[in-house]
Amino acid sequence: MLQEESDLSLVIAQIVQKLKGSNLYAQLERQAWACLQRPEIRLESLKEDIKEFFKISGWEKKLQNAVYSELNVYPLPSHPSAPPEHLKEPLVYMRKAQGSWEKRILKSLNSMCTELSIPLARKRPVGEQKELLNKWNEMGTDEPDLSLFRPVYAPKDFLEVLINLRNPNYENGDSLSFRTHLGLIQVPLKVKDIPELKECFVELGLTTGQLGIDDSTQVPPELFENEHVRIGQKVLVQQDSAAAQQYIRQGSPTALRAELWALILNISSQPEDILYYEQLKTNVIQHDLLVDSLIYKDVKLTASNDDYYFVFEDYLYQVLLCFSRDTSVLGHFAYNSASPPKSYIRGKLGLEEYAVFYPPNGVIPFHGFSMYVAPLCFLYHEPYKLYQIFREMYVRFFFRLHSISSHPSGIVSLCLLFETLLQTYLPQLFYHLREIGAQPLRISFKWMVRAFSGYLATDQLLLLWDRILGYNSLEILAVLAAAVFAFRAVNLMEVTSLAAAEAVLADLSTLKVMPLLQIFLFATVT
Amino acid sequence: MSRQKNQSFKGHGLSKGKEREPRTLIRFKTTLMNTLMDVLRHRPGWVEVKDEGEWDFYWCDVSWLRENFDHTYMDEHVRISHFRNHYELTRKNYMVKNLKRFRKQLEREAGKVEAAKCDFFPKTFEMPCEYHLFVEEFRKNPGITWIMKPVARSQGKGIFLFRRLKDIMDWRKGTVGKKLTIVEAQPNRANVNPSGSHDTKSSDDQKEEIPVENYVAQRYVENPYLIGGRKFDLRVYVLVMSYIPLRAWLYRDGFARFSNTRFTLNSIDDHYVHLTNVAVQKTSPDYHPKKGCKWMIQRFRQYLASKHGPEAVERLFRDMDNIFIRSLQSVQKVIISDKHCFELYGYDILVDQDLKPWLLEVNASPSLTASSQEDYELKTCLLEDTLHVVDMEARLTGREKRVGGFDLMWNDGPVSREEGPSDLSGMGNFVTNTHLGCVNDRKEQLRQLFRSLQVQKKAPG
Repeated sequence: MLQEESDLSLVIAQIVQKLKGSNLYAQLERQAWACLQRPEIRLESLKEDIKEFFKISGWEKKLQNAVYSELNVYPLPSHPSAPPEHLKEPLVYMRKAQGSWEKRILKSLNSMCTELSIPLARKRPVGEQKELLNKWNEMGTDEPDLSLFRPVYAPKDFLEVLINLRNPNYENGDSLSFRTHLGLIQVPLKVKDIPELKECFVELGLTTGQLGIDDSTQVPPELFENEHVRIGQKVLVQQDSAAAQQYIRQGSPTALRAELWALILNISSQPEDILYYEQLKTNVIQHDLLVDSLIYKDVKLTASNDDYYFVFEDYLYQVLLCFSRDTSVLGHFAYNSASPPKSYIRGKLGLEEYAVFYPPNGVIPFHGFSMYVAPLCFLYHEPYKLYQIFREMYVRFFFRLHSISSHPSGIVSLCLLFETLLQTYLPQLFYHLREIGAQPLRISFKWMVRAFSGYLATDQLLLLWDRILGYNSLEILAVLAAAVFAFRAVNLMEVTSLAAAEAVLADLSTLKVMPLLQIFLFATVT
Repeated sequence: MSRQKNQSFKGHGLSKGKEREPRTLIRFKTTLMNTLMDVLRHRPGWVEVKDEGEWDFYWCDVSWLRENFDHTYMDEHVRISHFRNHYELTRKNYMVKNLKRFRKQLEREAGKVEAAKCDFFPKTFEMPCEYHLFVEEFRKNPGITWIMKPVARSQGKGIFLFRRLKDIMDWRKGTVGKKLTIVEAQPNRANVNPSGSHDTKSSDDQKEEIPVENYVAQRYVENPYLIGGRKFDLRVYVLVMSYIPLRAWLYRDGFARFSNTRFTLNSIDDHYVHLTNVAVQKTSPDYHPKKGCKWMIQRFRQYLASKHGPEAVERLFRDMDNIFIRSLQSVQKVIISDKHCFELYGYDILVDQDLKPWLLEVNASPSLTASSQEDYELKTCLLEDTLHVVDMEARLTGREKRVGGFDLMWNDGPVSREEGPSDLSGMGNFVTNTHLGCVNDRKEQLRQLFRSLQVQKKAPG
């Protein structure tokens, strides 16, 4: 009992600490002062009256949403004497692996820099600044020579690193048994099985209405859709984050999605936020970073070639270039196993006072990074709003897809979950693919790293991301990957090479996500 | 003219009588070598005839039509893919004339409000004969942009934008202008090159080396709806099986064609910005063939719904239905409605920032060449379903409201989504039977349709 109480008070203290530095605190303070003028506030019962006022005026709700947001994002404090690295990643061997992976990336970046004799950062001459400002809304028309730039790494490079991860404390012996994991990932992390997933994703069950299934043309809207939309509108009126998160587990109606996501992520575009975005923009105009070329290259290679996202090319630059200058993103490294790369001012290598994080937000983009932003362009049209949403999505979810950690939503766990599901519930398929040299993870890895962006049709992708937000977890990506394999199992059993297997799974654009998930979780005999 | 008739449900006009025996061998002919050829060749029971062989079905091009239609005898069952004088709808100057006349008639018969429903065509003037009317309108609206389009060319050729009368003066003085002053009076319609979309040569007038051209000056829509900063237009397919009575089908699929460059009124000379035609975009320096610069119309509809909500989107699509119907009604009395003819039109629609759709033009020979895999599938399915509706095999009963991806939009009167004869007096709950941009589960629908047709055939009596 005592332990729980002290845990709770620790959590409260931590959250209070966090929120004290936020805008919301300043606003609440202002509101409290302002409401003293009101007749219903009496000196004798000052505290209660102010609390009552907050409740009625909706400020309590805002505070609630902020607290809820903090609880969602920040891991609960562990043992008081645990070092801060434990918050990032409790397992030493994982931390070490992440560290050496980062070293490799940085080395690659630095060597590209030296090869091309391009500085990591430089100040733009005034003429160039003016030009960029004029072209800000159409940077896609620029065709800089990017032929010499290569992406720093691609998902498959990262996969090789994960395959070689080993826990030095774990010895599973040489003898094969039915318990041997036959996949590529060989670390003993705990992953859920289907009964546990069913419990976790209970709202996706067969008897619960879903958008993505129960809104299809054959189903009359009176059965589910109309009521669901009505509830969604109510949730928005109430402005309750927690309720929105619960609601969206059954999918979001198209017209309400933008607002619902903003509510769940606790994003409201205050003037300060718009100003902040403008400052980032100024930063971009004034300084040119090497990563900018990497961003350009990535957008041109991926989003611009996509049948649907090419239209949003300009927005992608406006978001990603600003993102790389945003030092507030550094905050997420407290709970990210990764650490921001450090660079030193010319000539002052090793001197801590001259160390800067590079890029300023500590995130080095890789091949396909821009695809995290592209689907959001469907929902948000003002650049600052799009920016805020993307940044929040990144520091809540996407960062886990390219850093080595033991977190259940981390990419390592997702890979292991995927392979375990396949081996346990589709053993024949798994064995067959393994025999022909087509380890399933080699095909599904890229889907999961990109959270399926660019592989699914946009409307299906958004339904999937609804559930990521609803469950505050990325595990659904692994479940979907397994469900896709299950769906195409018949064809896959007939292939005899990795290339043929890739071909069977090359086109996911016709898949309907929710029926696949439902069948895999709730209608497969286990 | 658009009086509502009480609909005890009418068939959609397949000829009854002895010609309704199902045909097993259909001889087809076509000169097009693209998706159409693939579709025709794969259709069971259809064989190609070449050169002078007799045919039952001809997907012809408009030049053949012009030269041969009048002296070709066709049996009752024979079908051909164009109406004799389709140019009444597809040539910009004729369409304008017909629409203006129709609008006046509507105003007389049904009042201003009804007539205003025809205001989907930007103000257009024929050049040079309406030059003075144009100048009057021009002076009333100083500073707006106008677009000059040749009447009979396609793929964006010969088009330019202008804001000053000086620009037209220069144009008038140019080569084309000179030719027109010599042949000032508009040629007799019968001699005029009636091509809607792809001919460039006129074989009528061997004396002239440069073809005689007419232009129209049209008010340019300056506030187009932009997605990602780019302008786009919509290509929609409408199949007309007859004009008298008017029977038209609307295809669920279509696409939005994007301009490769960002929209701005500053660059009037930049051809590429303003013209969204894929043919023009293909020559733009920014063009990358992989991009395709097209969105399926379902994606477009979803995008709008997430931005503006479902009611606004429904209003937009209802307004588009209005464009299709009214434009067809305006030429109903002038087009020779030969029962052998059918026509698949490609409508080009531009949406402005107030979500109002504008008709840019109607194409009698919409491009059937595929620009990407997705495009190939769309066009293949479109053509297959067109052939299903034309029904050379005489399988349909004539009461169908939907065949594959086609929904029966107008059957001598509006067609309702509801089953059975509808009471049109209230018009309160009437929802038209159109599903543009909606789910196209055509395979499933066709399977059910043909299965039930087979069952019906087997049933006695």
